[in-house]
Amino acid sequence: MNIQDYKGVFTFAQQVDGQLSNVSLELLGKARELADALGTYTAAMLLGHNVKNLAQELIAYGADKVYLVDNRELEIYRTEPYTQAITTIINEIKPEIVLYGATAIGRDLAPRIAGRVHTGLTADCTKLEVAPDEQGVVCFQMTRPAFGGNLMATIACPDFRPQMATVRPGVMVKALRDDKRQGEVIPFDGKLEKNNCYVTVEEVVKHIQQKMDIQDAKILVSGGRGVGGPENFGILQELADALGGTISASRAAVDAGWQAKDRQVGQTGKTVRPSLYIACGISGAIQHLAGMEESDYIIAINKDSTAPIFNVADVGIVGDLFKIVPKLTEEVKKARAK
Amino acid sequence: MNIIVCVKQVPDTNEVRLDPVKGTLIRDGVPSIMNPDDKAGLEAALRIKDENPDTKVTVLSMGPPQADDVLREAMAMGADEAILVTDRAFGGADTWATSSTIAGAIKRLDYDLIFTGRQAIDGDTAQVGPEMSEHLGIPCVSYAADVKIEGDEVVVKRQFEDRDHIIRVKMPCLLTALSELNTPRYMTPGGIFDAYREREVRVFNRADVDVADENIGLAGSPTHVVKSFPKSVKAPGMKIETGVEESVQFIMDKLEEKYLL
Repeated sequence: MNIQDYKGVFTFAQQVDGQLSNVSLELLGKARELADALGTYTAAMLLGHNVKNLAQELIAYGADKVYLVDNRELEIYRTEPYTQAITTIINEIKPEIVLYGATAIGRDLAPRIAGRVHTGLTADCTKLEVAPDEQGVVCFQMTRPAFGGNLMATIACPDFRPQMATVRPGVMVKALRDDKRQGEVIPFDGKLEKNNCYVTVEEVVKHIQQKMDIQDAKILVSGGRGVGGPENFGILQELADALGGTISASRAAVDAGWQAKDRQVGQTGKTVRPSLYIACGISGAIQHLAGMEESDYIIAINKDSTAPIFNVADVGIVGDLFKIVPKLTEEVKKARAK
Repeated sequence: MNIIVCVKQVPDTNEVRLDPVKGTLIRDGVPSIMNPDDKAGLEAALRIKDENPDTKVTVLSMGPPQADDVLREAMAMGADEAILVTDRAFGGADTWATSSTIAGAIKRLDYDLIFTGRQAIDGDTAQVGPEMSEHLGIPCVSYAADVKIEGDEVVVKRQFEDRDHIIRVKMPCLLTALSELNTPRYMTPGGIFDAYREREVRVFNRADVDVADENIGLAGSPTHVVKSFPKSVKAPGMKIETGVEESVQFIMDKLEEKYLL
């Protein structure tokens, strides 16, 4: 492998049902920054069937080139054909960096590709930068939480290319959309070939519960073990409604079955950064903090004055959430009625 | 049918605390457990065995000699055989080298179905299972939330964020199990006695594993840790401990000040 042959910062542009996932656009924002730092270009790899119309959106968010693999076999995500298509692009175009969203697709696809092209892969990165290492050598550095969010580790992949990372949704920031941006759309043959690893998707079952993404919420009212039971989430819901926000929960509340898994904030749930995060009855285990401490403004209400949540809260209220939350709801309603 | 279940011994990360002064991890006294997703994989295998008694379930763990503990726990739950893949030569491996090492051990065994957990709670990478399947050249279905055997095929409910795919896959194949897959059974008293007194854990050292030297251990790892550090802690804000009225007023003032109302 001649490392000098590898150029460009590539992203996997995940689309589902013909819609780009938000994380695909967030990755392009970061890819743009990295490419500028390295003096190279960005490219998005767009896979699917009849998805050409998405290419312009990728360009508007920062892609210089879009490699488009359009094939009926890629209509619904399956590991093997997607792996073949991306591996073909990597082997022929030789990108120096490839970024994937750490989604249920990306976390399946990226390791399969890493295995096939023989390169390193760093999961769930929270920071990506081109910077000097301890020896002063400028390189691509990937920082991720380790040990359940207790430690941060910075990882490099010095001798293999491409250098690959997955990034959780909500961690990177989209660039501003610029519909005037110009880019090149390159139709590409993914060289798909059926083999023993092709599986059959017999059915696609969409989850019936109404789709609610806590990562899109500007205001989150979040409950933990201290809420005491599923019925008590009602008072949190009322506050959320008054503020125009949404309910989320800690792992304890989700594990207890009080809230659905897709509302879970934390290392094993989702990473959120709303304008306002109100933590009610959440003690603040490190793995929870890992998912919410980047919120712009954090208010914590907890009985226990030693709860670790107070270490990250901008405002900490030591008190009984069952008294404070309803009163707060009332005041918010009054203020909003004015 | 032969099923191999890969399990990892992990520190219970829920029990880890930070030293508030030094900002370092307090690892002392943190118990080691069988990784929860792996345990769900083991339970799924044992349920297949319950229905198909001619099934053999082999548990395999790569790790230091202490990992013997989780293998005995797995046997006490009902696994038939246990293999510990351990050697200094395997140390310092990233996910790439770990997966090629485990795949190298599995190449020495007969298998129809392999379970790994989706991810380990100490690393959270979710990479070793899919990478192993690549090294073995078999299909992988990640995030398995339900598993049914039908002849020489498996029907898997594969979970995504907002949907499930019902996937039919031919064996041999690898599945990564979600904790949501099931509730693992307890060890039985007889099982515990047998696992610790009667049964053997087979040990695979470097020579027992079918993998090239350049693909194992620290030297075989494409990724390297540049540095690790405790998370920077942001300065705490105000904490107040007064009555309900004052607390609520305080919050309202702040919301107003920050234009959050």
